[in-house]
Amino acid sequence: MKETHILVALVEDKPGVMQRVSGLFRKRNFNIDSITVGHSEKPGVSRMTLTVTGDHAVLEQVMKQLNKVIEVLKVIELDKKSSVQRELALVKIRTKNETARSEVVSYVNIFRGRIVDVSKESLVVEITGDSSKIEAFVNLVTTFGVIELARTGVTAMSRGTGK
Amino acid sequence: MLMKGANAIVEALRREGVEVIFGIPGGASIPFYDVLYDADIRHILTRHEQVAAHAADGYARASGKVGVCSATSGPGATNLTTGILNAFMDSSPMVALTGQVPTPLIGKDAFQEADTIGITMPITKHNFQLRRVEEIPVVFKKAFKIARTGRPGPVLVDMPKDVQEKEADVEFPKDVAIQGYKPTLKGNLKQVKKAADMLVAAERPIIFAGGGVIIANASQELARLAETLGAPVVTSLMGKGAFPEDHPLALGVIGMHGRKAANYAINDADVILAIGVRFSDRSTGNVECFAPEAKIIHVDIDPAEIGKNVRVDLPIVGDAKYVLKDLLRMLKIKARQENEWTRKISEYRREFQPKMDYDDFPLKPQRVVKEIMEVLGENDIVTTEVGQCQMWAEHFLSRTKARTFITSGGLGTMGFGFPAALGAKVARPESNVVDIAGDGSFLMVCQDLATSVKEDIPVVVAIFDNHYLGMVRQWQELFFDKRYSAVKLGRVDFVALAEAFRARGVKVKRPGEVAPAVKEAFEAGVTTVIDIVVNPVENIFPMVPPGKCLKDMVEGV
Ligand SMILES: Cc1ncc(C[n+]2csc(CCOP(=O)(O)OP(=O)(O)O)c2C)c(N)n1
Ligand SMILES: [Mg+2]
Repeated sequence: MKETHILVALVEDKPGVMQRVSGLFRKRNFNIDSITVGHSEKPGVSRMTLTVTGDHAVLEQVMKQLNKVIEVLKVIELDKKSSVQRELALVKIRTKNETARSEVVSYVNIFRGRIVDVSKESLVVEITGDSSKIEAFVNLVTTFGVIELARTGVTAMSRGTGK
Repeated sequence: MLMKGANAIVEALRREGVEVIFGIPGGASIPFYDVLYDADIRHILTRHEQVAAHAADGYARASGKVGVCSATSGPGATNLTTGILNAFMDSSPMVALTGQVPTPLIGKDAFQEADTIGITMPITKHNFQLRRVEEIPVVFKKAFKIARTGRPGPVLVDMPKDVQEKEADVEFPKDVAIQGYKPTLKGNLKQVKKAADMLVAAERPIIFAGGGVIIANASQELARLAETLGAPVVTSLMGKGAFPEDHPLALGVIGMHGRKAANYAINDADVILAIGVRFSDRSTGNVECFAPEAKIIHVDIDPAEIGKNVRVDLPIVGDAKYVLKDLLRMLKIKARQENEWTRKISEYRREFQPKMDYDDFPLKPQRVVKEIMEVLGENDIVTTEVGQCQMWAEHFLSRTKARTFITSGGLGTMGFGFPAALGAKVARPESNVVDIAGDGSFLMVCQDLATSVKEDIPVVVAIFDNHYLGMVRQWQELFFDKRYSAVKLGRVDFVALAEAFRARGVKVKRPGEVAPAVKEAFEAGVTTVIDIVVNPVENIFPMVPPGKCLKDMVEGV
């Protein structure tokens, strides 16, 4: 059964690692929906979050192939229920007039977003949440006109004390 | 120790026990070659970098040691790539050294710059670019360790020219830890026990052995296991020689041009012990109908191979030798008696003996293989090119020892056999080495006759000369309405070609002439090209047509 899986890969913070990982996905014809990377709690170790679509066999191959990359230290799959997933989006929305502007502002409040830039005819909104929340927000505001959209891709972490 | 980068590189190679490097120098590797000039490492100058890489690969497969090749930046590095990928596909331990433009020029499209790291990322087990002189010892230690251990493969070290030239204080460590790299050698004992139980309980067990058995030097353990279980052994193309093919339990290679007995037996099996194989499509035929009744135990050192191509009932991650040893310990049975299955196996062996004793003129390739076999010693080494020639060897030639059959299995690289023969001969000078060649394949690398003569590496090139890209011609005949598109090679005077390089050239046309020609060539002390004129339109059969099951092997289409 095809499903979206969230994988976390801890990798050595070295040049070329990102290319090794993304190249692997292309070479093996794996479907990757998003990939994010940044520092982890450990110096020298970066944390990648990958969302991958495929059935169980594909997931297993992805994890095994990732593990073969020398700089990959550890790969785990996060259970979607017992983990938190967050994505950040910046959305530049056209606000032609006062009514449009106040409507958008009210949506931003409902979605607990933040307005981070204002100009005469547009707003830049910052919104965080899981991917479906961001999609719902973007869908709502398309009627006003989305000038630009920047999504970071998912980052995730398990709930509770354990790693 | 204060030394230049190039000195540190050569010192690191020396410490790894490198005896020989195949390569071609160039602007970006001159400092390295300057140090090699005084070193007691043999450098074999090839005439093309692809040959250097294949020769290093052949050397590695014949010896079990890491093969080393070297090229300059840019075109030198790109010329190596076919050979690097070839080694990668067949899990051959190799370290490839490439020159690179000086660090400040990287990214500026400098003269002879190539993004060698980027280009070789998907075709190496790992690659490194040297940044500082101080890191040279550690990088080389890691490179050789990664190339040689676990599932072996090629590792490339890119060496910017300024790093070769700069001086720094370096220290050579005895060993290095590689954080994210820990191959599993010992199989999980619970799983091994289960495997033992499954094999003992099986009615129709079979062992499917691959290149992993050869890499792990586990032939003895394999033979003991087969004999204890009374289980027949089939191999992949890469596993040829892992088990003596003249053994009563040996059925030969499975797959598209494998032996009928082997394909039928694996199709009948109820338990398969697959060890050091990766279930390539050329081995399994259509996977949907591969061994339909069998439970599969898959042993491999690379966990990613398990479950990749076929469903596996019992996975065991580990080195073939370790796992076979544990398995032997756990099998608490005496050697099995003759039974219905072993009788069936003997019957298959008898019924499907490949026919080779043709007296036809023009010569049949089957007959040529038979005559070559007559003069081959068990420690002599056969390499192959790619095409029908390779399949004649796969199917008809029989080998009894590991590391005596060297072929391009995964990549199917024309032009592999002759360079690999040179490498094998360098590794094992006491063995005769013969390349079973096609005319098309040999022409891709024939310039290196110069290397073999100049460097005194005498090998035999036995060309199955059909004036065609024969394998492609066969597929066009069988599956494309005999529309022979771009396959006619025409005649080449291979005798004159060989002589132009000061090698020997011999032409052979009739049955009975091949064996003496090969024997003479073994004794000649110089590379001999034997132009064996064979029937140009002979097809290699039996065959599992593409997309069909192993049991649907046919004698003709
Ligand atoms: C480098 C490379 N190019 C193309 C092919 C495709 N190919 C496979 S077999 C073959 C014909 C080989 O001809 P030859 O060496 O004369 O051997 P024959 O089949 O005639 O015995 C070709 C072109 C290949 N395997 N390798
Ligand atoms: Mg030919």
